[in-house]
Amino acid sequence: MATTTTEKQDVSHEGDGHGGHHPRLQHHFVSLDQQFSSAKLGMWLFLLTELLLFSGMFVAYAVYFNWYPETFAITSEALDWRMGFINTIVLLASSLTVALSIHFVQKGQIKAMLWSLGATLALAGVFLVIKYFEYTAKFEYGIYPGAAFDPSGPYAHMDVPNAIQYFSIYFVMTGIHAFHVIVGMIVFIWLIWRGLRNHFNPEWYTPVELGGLYWHFVDLIWIFLFPLLYLI
Amino acid sequence: MDSSKETQSGAAPETEHQEPHNYLNHAKTIKSWLLTLDHKRIGVLYAVTLAVVFLIAGLLAMAVRVELFVPGETIMDNDTYNQTFTMHGIMMVFLFIVPSIPAILGNFVLPLHLGAKDVAFPRLNLASWYVYMTGGALVVTALLVGQVDTGWTFYTPYSSSGDMAILYMTMAIFIAGFSSIFTGLNFIVTIHKMRAPGLTWNRLPLFVWSIYATSIVMVLATPVIGITMILLFMERLLQIGIFDPALGGDPILFQHFFWFYSHPAVYIMILPAFGIISELMTTFSRQRIFGYKAIALSSVAIALLGFLVWGHHMFVSGQSAISSIVFSLITYLIGIPSGIKIFNWVATMYKGSIWLQTPMLYALSFLFLFTIGGLTGIMVGVLSVDVHLHDTYFVVSHFHYVMMGGTVIALLGGMHYWWPKITGKMYNETLGKIAAGLIFIGFNATFFPQLILGAQGMPRRYATYVEEFTFLHQVSTVSSFILAAGLFLVLGYMMHSMFFGRKASKNPWGGATLEWTMTTSPPDPHNFTRTPIITRGPYDFHLADEVFGPRHTGDGAGDGATEPATPAEREASR
Amino acid sequence: MGNNGTVWLPESASTVAPEVDWLFYFVYWTSIVITLLVVGGMIYLVWKYRRKSDEDRPEPVKESKLLEISWVVVPTILVLLVFTWGFQGYLKLTVAPSNAYEIQATAFSWGWSFDYPNGASVGNELHVPVDRPVRLNMSSEDVLHSLFIPAFRVKQDVLPDRYTSVWFEATQEGEYHLFCSEYCGTQHAEMIATVHVHSQADFDEWLADAAMDEDVPLPELGERLFGQQGCQQCHSVDGTDGIGPTMQGLFGSERTMQDGEVLEADENYLRQMIINPGERVVEGYQAGVMPPYGRLSEREINALIAYIKEQ
Repeated sequence: MATTTTEKQDVSHEGDGHGGHHPRLQHHFVSLDQQFSSAKLGMWLFLLTELLLFSGMFVAYAVYFNWYPETFAITSEALDWRMGFINTIVLLASSLTVALSIHFVQKGQIKAMLWSLGATLALAGVFLVIKYFEYTAKFEYGIYPGAAFDPSGPYAHMDVPNAIQYFSIYFVMTGIHAFHVIVGMIVFIWLIWRGLRNHFNPEWYTPVELGGLYWHFVDLIWIFLFPLLYLI
Repeated sequence: MDSSKETQSGAAPETEHQEPHNYLNHAKTIKSWLLTLDHKRIGVLYAVTLAVVFLIAGLLAMAVRVELFVPGETIMDNDTYNQTFTMHGIMMVFLFIVPSIPAILGNFVLPLHLGAKDVAFPRLNLASWYVYMTGGALVVTALLVGQVDTGWTFYTPYSSSGDMAILYMTMAIFIAGFSSIFTGLNFIVTIHKMRAPGLTWNRLPLFVWSIYATSIVMVLATPVIGITMILLFMERLLQIGIFDPALGGDPILFQHFFWFYSHPAVYIMILPAFGIISELMTTFSRQRIFGYKAIALSSVAIALLGFLVWGHHMFVSGQSAISSIVFSLITYLIGIPSGIKIFNWVATMYKGSIWLQTPMLYALSFLFLFTIGGLTGIMVGVLSVDVHLHDTYFVVSHFHYVMMGGTVIALLGGMHYWWPKITGKMYNETLGKIAAGLIFIGFNATFFPQLILGAQGMPRRYATYVEEFTFLHQVSTVSSFILAAGLFLVLGYMMHSMFFGRKASKNPWGGATLEWTMTTSPPDPHNFTRTPIITRGPYDFHLADEVFGPRHTGDGAGDGATEPATPAEREASR
Repeated sequence: MGNNGTVWLPESASTVAPEVDWLFYFVYWTSIVITLLVVGGMIYLVWKYRRKSDEDRPEPVKESKLLEISWVVVPTILVLLVFTWGFQGYLKLTVAPSNAYEIQATAFSWGWSFDYPNGASVGNELHVPVDRPVRLNMSSEDVLHSLFIPAFRVKQDVLPDRYTSVWFEATQEGEYHLFCSEYCGTQHAEMIATVHVHSQADFDEWLADAAMDEDVPLPELGERLFGQQGCQQCHSVDGTDGIGPTMQGLFGSERTMQDGEVLEADENYLRQMIINPGERVVEGYQAGVMPPYGRLSEREINALIAYIKEQ
């Protein structure tokens, strides 16, 4: 296909040192721009796969909600909407702080970026603590996913046909979501660690940007989970 | 063109000991292989791994055929048989055919076709191989800790109430799925962002188009099998009651979930094969592909329509009649782009210059076998006829015609075609042709009788059968040995050529795509010594002076079966 | 068996079969024509344009729009035609005539039982009258199964906790295979029943006879059940060892369980083993292979025990 080559496009591999390139430029990219847009496209595609992963569960939810709306109306009372609401606020706040961290790194304010990331990490922690209390309050009265489901106490009236499907979906969806929150926290710890070692600057902050995108996605999923599970 | 390298390899015999620097010899430690970020080496890692998987899964298939030689128990009892065909299916589908062409040849060839130094995310690429290996290890674990006898389709409630080993198997498939996602994601970004200057979408080799379409399906469909496997895992572990009717769940929902992935997965398997066939047909016909746009876009159309036809696996499952009718209609629509491709490939040979080397023999085999695979697909798509044929050997044979007659034959063709590029060695052309013949005959004689068996009513997944099916089963079993002999012959001469093969020239087939015109055999670790600038389409042989030389007398149009012309001979021929 | 089968299709013995077969052969012959065109074209082109010299450098061929369009349009018309016919045939297969004779079919691992309106119940044998629409109302006791009668060209999955149905009208007296075509475990391949198509008169006679279980002596009923329920697939009565222990000399013998305990095979033992075979398993055999047979009536269980006692 190639019939000509030009000297100025010559990116020969001789000397793998970074030459005149930016130290963050990987050898197989031509420019930092190309590298950044590739990384971003990759992240969007990854989020697309995540969306499809959750969409499988949303379909399961939709199917069972459609078949047993009365059951879902009863069982959703088991969830405390106040806790869910607080968690929604917590996640929205964390989305704000993560957006701020990107804003700050673009401005070169690394310290402010670190504080924003720290705040995001803390908010994610708060979310999980609240989730933990929600879960244990259920387990105490025999609300488990699956065949172990045996409600008692305040939830005794939840022992209706197909309640098991509702709670299974609840636990699987929120469980997988919580897993994503934990992964997010690990990412933030890593970002803070790199930030402390001065790896980011306004010219190169791809990991912060991608971490932020991921976190917005985790937030978005919760925005759907909250009304579907708590408010129906 | 890089003329200094050219002379070096042209004067081969004298300078053989000073082998030029290439991706194989620049580092030789095991570590340099296991930690490599080079897309070519990762392709080779996959090739070796998948060859082992194919060998094991193939031997399991032979065990199945031997068991079916006579009715009743032949070499194994029912349970062993059920586990054998289950393992054959799981390994062939999830561990072999889904990754096969993209992971081996996609990895090796795609960046070369794009004029890129590597894929966009080399580390993710290596990670995909490790993730795949983890999935493979879990499959082996499942095999060791218990019995998986659910068939590769894992239908509930049978799968959610059986042996606990299913937990390992579902995790294995979940994890192996990530390997697909990583590969697909990597390829999409690579194709979007890493094309060489001048390489417009209309100048992409069709292999790239087909890998692009495949990658879309990989990225969009694989997460769904992921969540399905998680739910099945939970179902078995905690009885969450989503799929198990005993707890109020719905087994048909499982089938919808499963086929929502597994039908598009069929296109993950066959689309890359289309790409290879396009490359082979053009190179060995020295003719522009007939209907470039039709082929390129029909791949994408198939990829997208492929998401809307999963329900045709469920015509007799108990889904509503309306669903079946809609799914049947869309299934036909998807048959048409496949048909277009066949006609275009045949038309490509018109006024060409056809060279019947081994890869071309595979391409022609593919045309025949895929035509049968496609037409039997039309047959099982007919609603009323499918009721009779569903879950019989007709379906078994149909998808073997597509998967093996299509994908595996294309993979073999592709491996022969790019073998000189991958290893720098030529294989034995005569043995190659013999093996291609054995495989073609063996394959047809194995699977054609199964079409008749199925139409006669032989259900699939039977460890034994009623007397009247004996003869056709025996024909099938005997022929499967011919097929196996052909495949072992390929393995043999390929291994031999790796160590003792004649050195390959840069462009033994006279191909006009970048990997032939711009890289050495085997390529440099960084692929191209200069960034290619693309000025013509991938199959414009009439413009490909670098293949033929400016006045029809150049080098490079070397005959794979004979030595490339030496500079002196070339001089003489002028 | 009937004998009007062809190379491809088995004998056709129901009203829908000829229509399905016609469509099968229509697609078949169209496929052959297409395959011959493709292969013929291929061989011709390969020979005509074979490479004559390494230096061959053919001129590029201009694509023909007309050709491209024609091979989109012609196959589209063909497949739409086939779709329409298939769709009509499918409707016929799905919608049972309202006057159909109804039989309850129950699938279990690994066998079939069929219950008739008059209370008759048989296992692994389906008796139907000729020239009369029959509708099977089906459900499964455990996993998925699928009822497949090749000679009638019908098939339908059988699901637990849900009814599905299939109908047919047999056109020829005779015996036909009934397969399970949805994989269901160890003995999936042996989950075969026989369809007996009788004339209406023979059918009535058979039905009356089958319903007369009340009057049949217990051992005789037991023998009948032993075959119908598929017991003989695993348990022999002649002393040979199968998937399960033989029935010969079983009654009154001492049986060693997997946990080492020794039990005497008395009536209670046999009853336990029929109703709940998974609970205790005799040494040397696998648990979970035999399904529980709690759905048998009290009289049927007594009959089986009476039959086993005689072995």
